[in-house]
Amino acid sequence: MESTQQPVRVQQLRQLRQGAVGLLLFVALGLAQAVEYRNVQPEKSAINFTYKQMGVAIDGRFRKFAAQLNFDPAKPTAAKVSFDVDLASVDAGSPDADQEVVGREWLNTKSFPSARFVATSVKPTSGNKYEVNGKLTIKGQSRDVVIPATFTPAGNNGLFEGGFTIRRGDFAIGEGAWSKFDIVANDVQIKFRITAAQ
Amino acid sequence: MSQHYTRTAKALHWLMAVLILGMLPLGFYMSGLKLSPQKLQLYSWHKWAGVTIFLLALVRLAWRATHRPPPLPASLPRSQQIAAAAGHWLLYILIIAIPLSGWLMSSAKGFQTVWFGVLPIPDLVGKNKELGSLLTDVHVALNFLLIAVLLGHVGAALKHHFYDRDDILLRMLPRKTREN
Repeated sequence: MESTQQPVRVQQLRQLRQGAVGLLLFVALGLAQAVEYRNVQPEKSAINFTYKQMGVAIDGRFRKFAAQLNFDPAKPTAAKVSFDVDLASVDAGSPDADQEVVGREWLNTKSFPSARFVATSVKPTSGNKYEVNGKLTIKGQSRDVVIPATFTPAGNNGLFEGGFTIRRGDFAIGEGAWSKFDIVANDVQIKFRITAAQ
Repeated sequence: MSQHYTRTAKALHWLMAVLILGMLPLGFYMSGLKLSPQKLQLYSWHKWAGVTIFLLALVRLAWRATHRPPPLPASLPRSQQIAAAAGHWLLYILIIAIPLSGWLMSSAKGFQTVWFGVLPIPDLVGKNKELGSLLTDVHVALNFLLIAVLLGHVGAALKHHFYDRDDILLRMLPRKTREN
């Protein structure tokens, strides 16, 4: 009797186990698919920039910005990204420059308090690399920009890093006496590090 | 007779004299300007000239260490000999210390010095607001000291030439006849 019953029980157990594993896998996959990074952590994020003044590289940053992010590594092309940068929160490298750069000839923050970036598409390129296309608007001028970015998961957080170069002349940043690029260069490198939780 | 300074010593002396006499008013003028492209340009030129003076000062000290300057006239009272030596060493110290303080001040304020816009000079100190304003005070104070010592230096040279009527000034001037 034992010899005939045991195979049945073993088989039942095996089926049960397979079912449980299948269920777990299903749940896990479901969770994996729902992994969406969207809660931007301002204290773990930064938008920095570098510009050149007579050959001297000067670092600056924006202290305040808001980012809206929905990024699911499984469906990167469905990602939504937009940034609003509070231009008056600029640190342009020195107190003199901070005061100057919010003025009418530079960022004119009274009339144009924020810069805005809205992504139009996100394409995976290779590995953890992505190409973010979008529209950048500063001081009333809009330009299409392509931003190479990387995504690195770190526990519950995702780290988005990247950088691109804008030409300040495209956005009329630095008018009048500053409109020539011999003293303050045209190129401004922008770098960001955004941490977002699931 | 070799009562003159060497040609190299003379060339270094007068080259630095021109640079320093240009740098002093430039420094005071530019720091009072409102931020403008011109101000940034003047600051860059000031820093480039400062690095140049620093390097020339090093060359000068090396030359001074290997070439004895002509002795002071034996008739000169001992107190004046000591004053002359002290004044000259103070000038040597200042032409090293002033560019150094300017370089460190620039680094502390977050501006690396890039010689002639091409050669980056390393930052020995990081960006630090308090240190930046402290070094600014040091740079300014050293320059006031330099002005005082220079007034003594030029005054003494003129006194020797026009009052004592000795050759102290002449031996730093180009020779009239090419005999060396």
